[in-house]
Amino acid sequence: MIELKDVRKSFGSLEVLKGVSLTVQKGEVLSVIGGSGSGKSTMLMCINGLEPIQGGQILVDGTDVHARGTDLNKLRQKIGIVFQQWNAFPHLTVLENVMLAPRKVLGKSKKEAEEIAVKQLTHVGLGEKLKVYPSKLSGGQQQRMAIARALAMSPDYMLFDEVTSALDPQLVGEVLDTLKMLSEEGMTMILVTHEIRFARDVSDRVAFFHQGLIHEIGKPEQVIGNPQKPETIEFLKSVL
Amino acid sequence: MLNYTFHWRPAFNALPDMLWGALVSLQIAVLSMVIGVVFAVFLALGRQSNNKLLYGFSTGWVELARNTPALFQIYMTYFGLGSFGIHLDSYVALLAGIAFNNAGYLAETFRGGLRAIPHTQTRAARSLGMTAPQAFRLIVLPQMFRIVFYPMTNQMVWALLMTSLGVTVGLNTDLTGVTQDLNVRTFRTFEFFAIAAVIYYLLAKLITLSSRLFAWRLFRY
Amino acid sequence: MFETSLTWNDILFLLRGAGTTLTITFWAVLGGTILGMLFGLIRATSPWWVNAPIGFVLDILRSVPLLIQFVLANSFKSILKLQVSAFTVGCVVLALYTAAYCAEIVRGGILAVPPTTRRAARSLGMTYTQDLTNIVFPMALRVALPSWIGLTLGVMKDTALVLWIGIVELLRASQVIVTRIQEPLFVLSIAGLIYFLMSFPIARLGARLEKRWREND
Repeated sequence: MIELKDVRKSFGSLEVLKGVSLTVQKGEVLSVIGGSGSGKSTMLMCINGLEPIQGGQILVDGTDVHARGTDLNKLRQKIGIVFQQWNAFPHLTVLENVMLAPRKVLGKSKKEAEEIAVKQLTHVGLGEKLKVYPSKLSGGQQQRMAIARALAMSPDYMLFDEVTSALDPQLVGEVLDTLKMLSEEGMTMILVTHEIRFARDVSDRVAFFHQGLIHEIGKPEQVIGNPQKPETIEFLKSVL
Repeated sequence: MLNYTFHWRPAFNALPDMLWGALVSLQIAVLSMVIGVVFAVFLALGRQSNNKLLYGFSTGWVELARNTPALFQIYMTYFGLGSFGIHLDSYVALLAGIAFNNAGYLAETFRGGLRAIPHTQTRAARSLGMTAPQAFRLIVLPQMFRIVFYPMTNQMVWALLMTSLGVTVGLNTDLTGVTQDLNVRTFRTFEFFAIAAVIYYLLAKLITLSSRLFAWRLFRY
Repeated sequence: MFETSLTWNDILFLLRGAGTTLTITFWAVLGGTILGMLFGLIRATSPWWVNAPIGFVLDILRSVPLLIQFVLANSFKSILKLQVSAFTVGCVVLALYTAAYCAEIVRGGILAVPPTTRRAARSLGMTYTQDLTNIVFPMALRVALPSWIGLTLGVMKDTALVLWIGIVELLRASQVIVTRIQEPLFVLSIAGLIYFLMSFPIARLGARLEKRWREND
């Protein structure tokens, strides 16, 4: 379970998260929607400790992410994150990209790591591209590789930061299909996304982020189908 | 006009000795590069660090290496250290001087290379649970290596050319040293040094060509 | 406390050496830049059969140690029984060396101007010469100037090698003093300081220029 309790975060004098509270249960798929700069991506980066927080608490399975003694490297093995820019390691093949962390972080043998990597890459539909360098793949394929790379660590939670926003429209579908498949397999997912229709179809809950706070949260039918707050209505009108 | 007959025969006879000298020059160049590269990585990191001492030391080394002549740096290692009671022989002093110079120049090159790698690469690596040293060693360093490869090749050619300065501190086993010895004995300055020039040119080309081959094999992506 | 046999006359001697260094640098850079601009322009605008031989010769100048070039030039002058001073030999060799690097810098600068920009200029009705002077030259300069400053400083440092053909520049001057008073570290450090002061401010200026121009792009 991931818990955020009154989380505050600022970049210098600019307060980006103004007291965010949220609980995500195991197996849940939560979509986070909202305008640019509302703080959604920042929240994800605070959950796995990439960004520090100035107030409140974030607990992952009971561990305080930002406490002094917390082993962040160990924590990050439990939380997978995929970014908008897939950040493929260009000097490694697709297979090597996915094998690297299981070998170096989890200490798996080359053979074990390779098995895991092949399994995850086939899982996302890249089984034919193992020995290729990322530069030869399309954006959609690189993003799916990034997903496989995160999955290879057997995380309990997966965070997705606008993973389709940088893709050409025709490539978005293949990534969304992969995400849908993961949700059906029971992975706990927090998705920051602009794909409202996808959020409505796939999520257990949807949260609308506005100016550093969760403005509205609930089942997709409620938040997207029947929004209560004026800002939510405003936002949905502008994107749908 | 020309009251000088060129005697190439003695020069060609001396070729084996000169080629052994060339080997020594190449050896010094390679060693100075290896040492220089290792130090350069640390200096590049030092110049990015917040630690005042590290930053000061690294910047001092780099600016000293880049703003004074290489010959001066070699004189310092050979003559200057004498004031501390450290008497290095010509070979070691030359090697140390060139390595010092290499480290300084390469540190700047490496610093630029490191800056060219988006920090999102490090972020992705850390998100997978890698420690900072792991992320640097496995993700950043290999990519930086590719970016700085061409400047590194240039530096190695310069290192080779710098070995010729060994003769000013008494080195007589490298190509220039050997050539100078022959010159002093026979006074056939032009012929001997012309051949030496050709050998240096060929060595420089050898370095450039083999590095291009190396790059082609290494950087398939 | 701090005892030294160094006299003010010695300092003056060092400074005169520095003066020689700067004089040689001046002539070498002047001659080398003019030649370099010529060769660079030729290389950037000529077909391969003109380009290749020139490139080959310039490459040789960059691939043979300067020390050897000085020795060869000096001995060649003796062979031809030319009545020129070692100073002239030093300047000429360094000028050719500078030209070899300068040609590459100029060529790089010219080639760095995107052909699309030049095409736009010609489409506006500019002639070939106008394109060259108003478009290519300023843009090439921005790319070339930082490298050229670096080259000039490099040549200044390389003048130290003329000590081998008998010219008393800064480093040789410091050696002369060391032979007398046997304080190598101290005297060399002063020489090093002088070199540093001649080089560092200009290097920083060049870096600042480069940064400012890059930001404007």
